[in-house]
Amino acid sequence: MTVISARGLRKEFTVRVKVGRLRRDRRTVAAVDGVDLAIERGEMVGYIGPNGAGKSTTLKMLTGVLTPTAGDISVCGLSPVRQRTRLARRIGVVFGQRSQLWWDLPLRESFELLRHIYRVPPAEHAARLLRCRALLDLDEFLDTPVRQLSLGQRMRGELTAALLHGPEVLFLDEPTIGLDVVSKQAVRGFLAELGATGDVTLMLTTHDLADIEKLCRRLLVIDHGRVVHDGTIEALHARYGSRRRVVVELESPAAPPEVIGATLVTVTPLRFEYDLTGATAGELLVRLAGLPIRDVSIVEPDIEDVVARLYTGVPVTDAP
Amino acid sequence: MGAGFRRYSTYRQATVAGAFTNTVFGFLRCYVLLAVAAGAGTATVAGYDPARLATFVWFGQGLLAVVLLWGWTELADRIRTGDVVADLLRPVHPVTRYLATDLGRAGHAVVTRFVPPVLIGPLFFPFYVPHRWTTVPLFAVSVLLATVLCFGCRYLVNATGYWLLDIRGPMILWALVSGVLGGLYFPLRFLPDALVVPLWVLTPLPSLFQTPLDVLVEIDPTPRQLWLVVLQAAWVVLVLVLCRVVQRRAERRLVVQGG
Repeated sequence: MTVISARGLRKEFTVRVKVGRLRRDRRTVAAVDGVDLAIERGEMVGYIGPNGAGKSTTLKMLTGVLTPTAGDISVCGLSPVRQRTRLARRIGVVFGQRSQLWWDLPLRESFELLRHIYRVPPAEHAARLLRCRALLDLDEFLDTPVRQLSLGQRMRGELTAALLHGPEVLFLDEPTIGLDVVSKQAVRGFLAELGATGDVTLMLTTHDLADIEKLCRRLLVIDHGRVVHDGTIEALHARYGSRRRVVVELESPAAPPEVIGATLVTVTPLRFEYDLTGATAGELLVRLAGLPIRDVSIVEPDIEDVVARLYTGVPVTDAP
Repeated sequence: MGAGFRRYSTYRQATVAGAFTNTVFGFLRCYVLLAVAAGAGTATVAGYDPARLATFVWFGQGLLAVVLLWGWTELADRIRTGDVVADLLRPVHPVTRYLATDLGRAGHAVVTRFVPPVLIGPLFFPFYVPHRWTTVPLFAVSVLLATVLCFGCRYLVNATGYWLLDIRGPMILWALVSGVLGGLYFPLRFLPDALVVPLWVLTPLPSLFQTPLDVLVEIDPTPRQLWLVVLQAAWVVLVLVLCRVVQRRAERRLVVQGG
């Protein structure tokens, strides 16, 4: 069942640009320029792109906060802008850079208020809160006013707040921004567990690609308001030619042999590196037998490299 | 509503300081108005005798924080920072939610800010005790309506932030106009009728402050009292509808600040 769908989604903003001393020109900028999406129930989708690519704008349109300039959206079978308050009961949203908790109140009271606002039956609310308290370690700061919480603590509170009404879809806009390693792990672990149930559809934007690698099977890459990749991480690697690399270190200098299906990329007297372009690592090692090898390591392709190449304008063609 | 109450109850020192200030200004305003009335040389000025004037001032000082004429910029601040997004993601209309919070705040103010000046004033000045039993419940209704009406006006002033981002201009204008023409600085009936009547009917301002106080000191006979409160209610409906219309228009052109 398709939970989130968008067709030809477009959002334009008008900016005034200074021309000459007094004149200002109005110029239209498309933040999102014809995005098509279809996300099935239970999917965990990573939505990435460089700064200003249109990620947050898309999310704000999907949640009904911003009115699209053009295009159709349906989330949970509702039209986000027109039926925003109805949709709000069925989705959970976390904007990493904003707080939706009450600044002056302790978390415990914020959660209680949310129960009233969303009209959640007390038993359901208690069960969900108990689970979040256990998984996110909330107990030690449950009675501290939100303004005194650290960023990591607040973010765990935000996640809980977004989940207490049992949303079908969870939109997370950079949920791990500014968090330390431990907090990041806690948040990721929690989201992974949530995704494993298969009931919640999750759409996540992030700049930390480890989030995506740990959580999302499917990856949407957006740049200049357009989707430039939609598929698995493996498909992204295949498309942008990332290769596994074999690094060979030697006891004494030797010449590297030519191997079919592997390209030599660096050569120093005591070390050389191959990119596997067809051969397996095993085949390569067989060809290297007889060399004075001290150590061999295999480096998996790094998603950050692929994405960096994607962002910095390696020409992007339509999907192969 | 509970949220509003609890949020304001967090700031106890501010509450004490506020109640103290209200009381001090109560003395100042009371002395000035009584001196002016004495200078007029008649027993009553525009229908107010000294007891009514003193009661007008002291209950007015108490009402100030309940109705909250000034100093509310929460919505505008949230528009400026972009945090207003969180309000739009709730399953409740923003006007309804802010109103509920504001009534909670007003409830807190009734206990902490209304009671002190109202108790202290009569110790030093003559006090007007209402003669008709209907006056007290009518006063309560009128205060409630004034609070909701004032919330609506403040919401509209704040909502200019959707277009202007910085609302200091509209805010200063509002503070000036609402204080003078709402009846805070002096009872509006000191002004000639030709000015007061249109002001009362065509603007919501006297309904914010003057109406509840005039109801309390029984300046008018009962039917006229009742009409003033009905007029207040009509303004409440009008202003709240206007809030919703403005909110909808704002959402259509909304740009979330700060990404």
